[in-house]
Amino acid sequence: MADNVRPRVKAPRKAEPGEAVTIKTLISHPMESGQRKDADGNTIPRSIIHRFTCEFNGEMVVDVTMEPAISTNPYFEFAAVVPEAGDFKFTWYDDDGSVYEETKSVAMA
Amino acid sequence: MTGIKAITALLAATAITAGAAWAEPVEDTLTVNEEIEMTTWTEPSAAVEDALPEVISGWHFRGTETRAMQADDFDNPGMIFVEQAMDDWDTVEGEAGKSCASCHGDVADSMKGVRAVYPKWNEQAGEVRTLEMQVNACREDNMKAEPLKYTGGAMARMVALISSVSRGMPVNVATDGPVAETWEQGKELYYTRTGQLELSCANCHEDNYGRMIRADHLSQGQINGFPVYRLKNTKLNSVHARFKGCVRDTRAETYKPGSPEFVALELYVASRGNGLSVEGPSVRN
Repeated sequence: MADNVRPRVKAPRKAEPGEAVTIKTLISHPMESGQRKDADGNTIPRSIIHRFTCEFNGEMVVDVTMEPAISTNPYFEFAAVVPEAGDFKFTWYDDDGSVYEETKSVAMA
Repeated sequence: MTGIKAITALLAATAITAGAAWAEPVEDTLTVNEEIEMTTWTEPSAAVEDALPEVISGWHFRGTETRAMQADDFDNPGMIFVEQAMDDWDTVEGEAGKSCASCHGDVADSMKGVRAVYPKWNEQAGEVRTLEMQVNACREDNMKAEPLKYTGGAMARMVALISSVSRGMPVNVATDGPVAETWEQGKELYYTRTGQLELSCANCHEDNYGRMIRADHLSQGQINGFPVYRLKNTKLNSVHARFKGCVRDTRAETYKPGSPEFVALELYVASRGNGLSVEGPSVRN
């Protein structure tokens, strides 16, 4: 179980219809690769976030498969076209079964 | 805007006197979160005007991307540690059953301006205290808790939290009065050559700032941005850890973090940056 996992999202509160907005996301997570060994030579078990998705009003915007080589506190920045007012829903899936969610509403300017 | 004119004039002057240098600090302005306007290039205070013609934050010596990271808290990895420290702030520890918040309440109110004046004289203890020393004194005396390791992660992020609420305020450490003796000691250390390479702080950070030392761009070694998130080790770095690294690089046996020598050096180096904004946690490479 990873400690101190906290999702963060930065998205504009307002957008023009059809505007491409920049979204930044970051989740604090150790992203233990499963390749390292501790002082006694035992393998430290893998514990990463293996999937990240962003949906807008139920429609998938990005769906990312994440691998062990991704570093601590994974950060994603991407552009998304906002056709109408609605909610961005961000979901991170942890190896341990935990699911972290965050929602951001965008209004029409 | 006489400030900008002065900077332009200084730049021109530097260009003439330091013709060999080909990596001048970048002219740019730092506004964090489009809200906090930072002073990153200013006139030296009276105490150090003989040593420095101008006082420049290390921010100007870093690359475009690194400078941009510091301009937005979302992009500044140091702020993740600040958030963790906010949890620490509210965590009850020690036999007295207190957290930082029990006495100090909201960190943004109670700690505003604190970073800017440390290291400073503590009348009761009769010594110059760094912020780290004060945090540990508070933990031991008031919380009855174990002290934190001087350059450890928990201490670095606590200092980063306390610094973050003073960002934009000018560094203003005292150099006279009861701290005068310590300040002189720090000055002495700053100009003392150490190690097999026989380098003092001044050899790099006063005589050669703006020049390249192999692949590194020498800054003035200002500490207004500490604790610093360094891209090379992806964590917050405290002032004394940096001092230790620098002295080690002269191939000397170093003083210990938290030692009286480094406390004196921190006071002196902080005073060289009087007038710069508190930037911690800043981003450097």
